[in-house]
Amino acid sequence: MYAQLVETGSNKLKTLDEMDPEERQFQERINDEIKIEPKNWMPDAYRKTLIRQISQHAHSEIVGMLPEGNWLTRAPTLKRKLQLMAKIQDEAGHGLYLYSAMETLGADRDEEIDKLHDGRAKYSSIFNYPTLNWADMGTVGWLVDGAAIVNQVPLQRTSYGPYARAMIRVCKEESFHQRQGFQILLTMMQEGTDEQKAMVQDSINRFWWPSLMMFGPSDENSPNSAQSMAWKIKRHSNDELRQRFLDQTVPQLELLGCTAPDPDLKYNQETGHYEFGEIDWQEFFDVVKGNGPCNRERVEARRHAIDNGAWVREAAVAYAAKRQRRAA
Amino acid sequence: MQNMAQKNIAQTTQTPLTDCLLRLGDNALVLGQRHAQLCGKAPALEEELALMNVGLDLFGQARNWLGYAAELMAAERATDKVDADQLAFRRDAQDFRNLLLVEQPNGDFADIIGRQFLFDAWHVHLLDGLAHSSDPRIAEVAAKSLKEATYHLRRSSEWVIRLGDGTEESHTRMQRALNNLWQFTGELLQADEIDQAMLAAGIAPDLQTVATRWKATVEEVLEEATLERPSYDAWMYTGGKVGHHTEHLGFLLAEMQYLPRAYPDATVW
Amino acid sequence: MADWPLFEVFIRSKHGLNHKHVGSVHAADRRMAIENARELYTRRNEGVSIWVVPASEITASSPDEKEPLFDPSNDKVYRHASFYKLPKEVGHM
Repeated sequence: MYAQLVETGSNKLKTLDEMDPEERQFQERINDEIKIEPKNWMPDAYRKTLIRQISQHAHSEIVGMLPEGNWLTRAPTLKRKLQLMAKIQDEAGHGLYLYSAMETLGADRDEEIDKLHDGRAKYSSIFNYPTLNWADMGTVGWLVDGAAIVNQVPLQRTSYGPYARAMIRVCKEESFHQRQGFQILLTMMQEGTDEQKAMVQDSINRFWWPSLMMFGPSDENSPNSAQSMAWKIKRHSNDELRQRFLDQTVPQLELLGCTAPDPDLKYNQETGHYEFGEIDWQEFFDVVKGNGPCNRERVEARRHAIDNGAWVREAAVAYAAKRQRRAA
Repeated sequence: MQNMAQKNIAQTTQTPLTDCLLRLGDNALVLGQRHAQLCGKAPALEEELALMNVGLDLFGQARNWLGYAAELMAAERATDKVDADQLAFRRDAQDFRNLLLVEQPNGDFADIIGRQFLFDAWHVHLLDGLAHSSDPRIAEVAAKSLKEATYHLRRSSEWVIRLGDGTEESHTRMQRALNNLWQFTGELLQADEIDQAMLAAGIAPDLQTVATRWKATVEEVLEEATLERPSYDAWMYTGGKVGHHTEHLGFLLAEMQYLPRAYPDATVW
Repeated sequence: MADWPLFEVFIRSKHGLNHKHVGSVHAADRRMAIENARELYTRRNEGVSIWVVPASEITASSPDEKEPLFDPSNDKVYRHASFYKLPKEVGHM
């Protein structure tokens, strides 16, 4: 999940009767599955929650370019280079679609990006893990994008119109990302050398648990979920989505001929679901708080790019102003 | 493993035509690689997409030119073991035929734009000529690449103008970038034996014509950008076209070729 | 920091008829806005024509005006083809 632990500012749900008429009308609209549009009245907390969630989602796309960019210069064939570059470019694009949706709520993009750069805003914990070998480009596509897709598909029906529409575009474009990743791994597992196969297993070992953490804390530790679900910003619980992801992923893992670093992973015949071991939530909260392997590096890289580009952006504005004066 | 994949592709038997294709392919590949290095470092988010679009176009062009070169080389050597990837990842610096201009490091955004503009202004006129090549395959690739390069030139010219005529700081940076890069423009315009052989065969256009058009484009844009054009008579650093490169290319290749070199037995990725 | 203003983007797709709103971009000027829109919204060959409009220049109807603006056309069923019942023999019209 690209947005984790989004604060809603409320732990207790109001009933329709407790709401004033405006809010009640708003909630009924949501209950009727009618999209909320930018100029509609909305509770302040809904607006703020959305800004938080959409900006977090957008930041994740932008920061998410970095671990893959780390291997773009070293992609081993021209075809892989083109695929990876197109994928990273899509991520930049998805970030921009999302910022664009966020701006319809009256938020300012540059202000929200400042929050990313000074640590006030979060992004998905997954991007704070390093990409250490080429197989990571496969694993990131397969597991990380796979988890993101499980999260994003229901968001196409999220209650806020511009967010839902951005997600439709993102999902359509993202379908190649996961395939691209899986194919990298499958090629190495089926036709690669022993060294390449070891590379794949090593990569899965490192990304397995962090991918499961992407869905956020388990439902009992997810105090904001109830409000987000009532507003239909969020449509399924963290655990539900995590389970869905796991159920679709384990057969693919077996197809690769790889294993998960989880001795407790097993199929339950009765429920029809896979069961898995205990997630290390301490690690998750550490990474979210800024103490992951790459937190500092990632934020620093983003800040550096934008700070270094200030003179360029200023020049473009100065030139546009000059032109306008000349035309006048 | 035994195969040719382990070895460097040496330059012993190639013809002027393969050399010409390597020049085209290597220009696109090396400049594309410079764009790959820019990922996540653009001065604005919008510019990330734009730079990567240019990179994607260039890698696509590289694949076409090098693919054709590889076919010719394989035929010459009666082997099917040469492909575009081997040309990209298994040649050492002295066997690359790209212009010195495109291998220059990224530096600041003025350096990046200056390099791109000086190249684009040449590339479009060259591709325009190649689109009428007597070799139908070259004509086809050139016609497709020309559309891409025309857009690249539009963008890079606009940025040269914005930076040149923007703020005092951007003007200073743009002028400095131009002055530094200028010494590498000589070999864009100077025909050698290979260029002459290609011209004689009707495969490539006359570099004199390309040079005249390049100068016109450069002069027009620099004037609008309020930038001073360095002298055409300035001393020029040449050699890329025959494999004598600046020190930068070796590092670019070391990074780009790392995986195939570190895992020589791997035949698929 | 010098912020680039926001432009709304409208694209006419290959098969579509009218320009359709697709989102927004930031750009220093109109020409850059066209290019940024091209890079962002037509990466998959989606468009044949782009319009950009400074977001500040857009006038939108307000939801409060929804009833007076749109309800009057609600009962003009005769504007829709399905209003006109024709005998089966006419076939497709």
